[in-house]
Amino acid sequence: MTGSLARRARHERVLLLLPVVLLLALVVGVPALRVVLLGFTRTELADGVVSSWAGLATHARTFADGRFLSALRNTAVFTSLSVSLEVTLGMALALLLDRSFRGRGALRAVVLVPWALPTSVMALAWAWIFHDTFGMANDLLSRLGLIEAPVAWLARPATAMAALVVADAWKTTPFVALILLAGLQAVPSEVLEAARVDGAGSWQRFRRITLPLLVPSLVVATLFRSIQAWGAFDIVYVMTGGGPGGSTETLSLYAFQSWFRYLDFGYGAAIAVQGMLVALLLAAVVVKLASRRETA
Amino acid sequence: MRRRPLATALLSLAVSLAAAWSLLPAVWQALTAVKPEAQITSSPAVWIPSPPTAEHVRALLERKPFARYLVNSAAVSLAATLLALAVAAPAAASLCRMPPRARNRWLLGLLLVSLFPPILLLFPLYEGVRLLGLMNSPLALVLPYAAFGVPLAVWVLEAGFRELPREVEEAATLDGLGPLGRLLRVQLPLAAPSLVAAGLLTFIASWNEFLLALSFTTRDASRTVTAGIASVSGASLYEVPWGQLSAAIVLSTIPVVLIVFLFERRISGGLTGGAVKG
Repeated sequence: MTGSLARRARHERVLLLLPVVLLLALVVGVPALRVVLLGFTRTELADGVVSSWAGLATHARTFADGRFLSALRNTAVFTSLSVSLEVTLGMALALLLDRSFRGRGALRAVVLVPWALPTSVMALAWAWIFHDTFGMANDLLSRLGLIEAPVAWLARPATAMAALVVADAWKTTPFVALILLAGLQAVPSEVLEAARVDGAGSWQRFRRITLPLLVPSLVVATLFRSIQAWGAFDIVYVMTGGGPGGSTETLSLYAFQSWFRYLDFGYGAAIAVQGMLVALLLAAVVVKLASRRETA
Repeated sequence: MRRRPLATALLSLAVSLAAAWSLLPAVWQALTAVKPEAQITSSPAVWIPSPPTAEHVRALLERKPFARYLVNSAAVSLAATLLALAVAAPAAASLCRMPPRARNRWLLGLLLVSLFPPILLLFPLYEGVRLLGLMNSPLALVLPYAAFGVPLAVWVLEAGFRELPREVEEAATLDGLGPLGRLLRVQLPLAAPSLVAAGLLTFIASWNEFLLALSFTTRDASRTVTAGIASVSGASLYEVPWGQLSAAIVLSTIPVVLIVFLFERRISGGLTGGAVKG
């Protein structure tokens, strides 16, 4: 009797999970398999779609493709710069929101706004902010006396990348701040208080108590953000289109162009898959480093 | 507790900086949207429009079916949200009764799925959409958006269900309710805050999605607002109608800004509950 009840409960649990499994298999599982397979083919548009098995030949093309290597480098630069900036700003914001002051509730809502706005739409807004003659960035910077002549932000490789990083940091810092704030609020106040009584200054308390306890939150935030930044598409596509001269083209953008512009379907898949593999490697390294730090 | 004046001043400065950093880009956009053309293209910049004008909004609505984009976005996002919740709620109910090890394995799997970069799936999804004749159909966006929203929705709902006292569920079982009855009559009503959080997170993500919207809609009448705005630009890079674009940006972001100000607590709770417990 109890055995059959238990079995029924188990059947129920499986049935209740079925819709999620089906939906994810349809939208994520099958397409993921398909893109991996596609990367092993030569699939192009010539008199209809022509596809033939290519083994590793399509993947091997990336090694001699300067544009792929440059996209890989751009992706790495964009990811490392924007994630570092986001984690730094997110930490500052979290420390601020962790204090008690009047209007804290309102500020929490205000700082969440960038996170909720559509990236593609705000990328357009940032292109306008970084406009060379009429933009807000040049106006503010020259009023503050930080620049003498207007900067053509999106027209030069280094400044275009900097503009992308700032826009991305603006958009995603709230997410990092929220994760870190939750971590901060889990730090036991008795420990901090005890350290204060023992004469530890505020920097010492932060460095010796808060920061070590915050490592798991930092890892989660860094991991999430690195993977998302690695696959960034919207912000680059809209703000710079990969320009000037391909200097901000990321792997996502290059894969997109291979598919929809050059109609080189197999190669687009190879680019996307290789990009994903590097991202996985990156994630493994972050997790490894973090766990070593925690045990040390 | 009395604060030193210097500390208070520094705190106020930090609060102002945080607020300015978060809002200034959006404020600048809103100001541009109601600035007369001559003040938009003036250097040094004119910040406060005088007098404010509705010419850009009018021109935008004349040139583009912008109201249609908004309606499409709302319909697609709402449908995706409802589908995601309908699929995620039973899964969450199932997971919260599982032994911890099995449950954590499922939750981790869902987390990994949610980290999948959409670009990787774009082309196969495009092939599928073409194959099924779903180009320009709302279904081509609703299904993927629901699927992308499901992992976080399960996380949030599962956390909400697990906080309910176990006796409530047992009592419902003794009253003869099956799993669906328990879910609909007991668990969801009691965990309504989690349901709201999961729904809002899915809605915002769907409203904001761009890559698939750009790729699966070719007709103006089918475009959602993110894809629609990408088509507002002028004939060349040097003729971008910034006033109209700003108007479009403001119109498309108002709904999410409202959601944030009304539901900040729920959204933050959902986001961090999902990420930190993992």
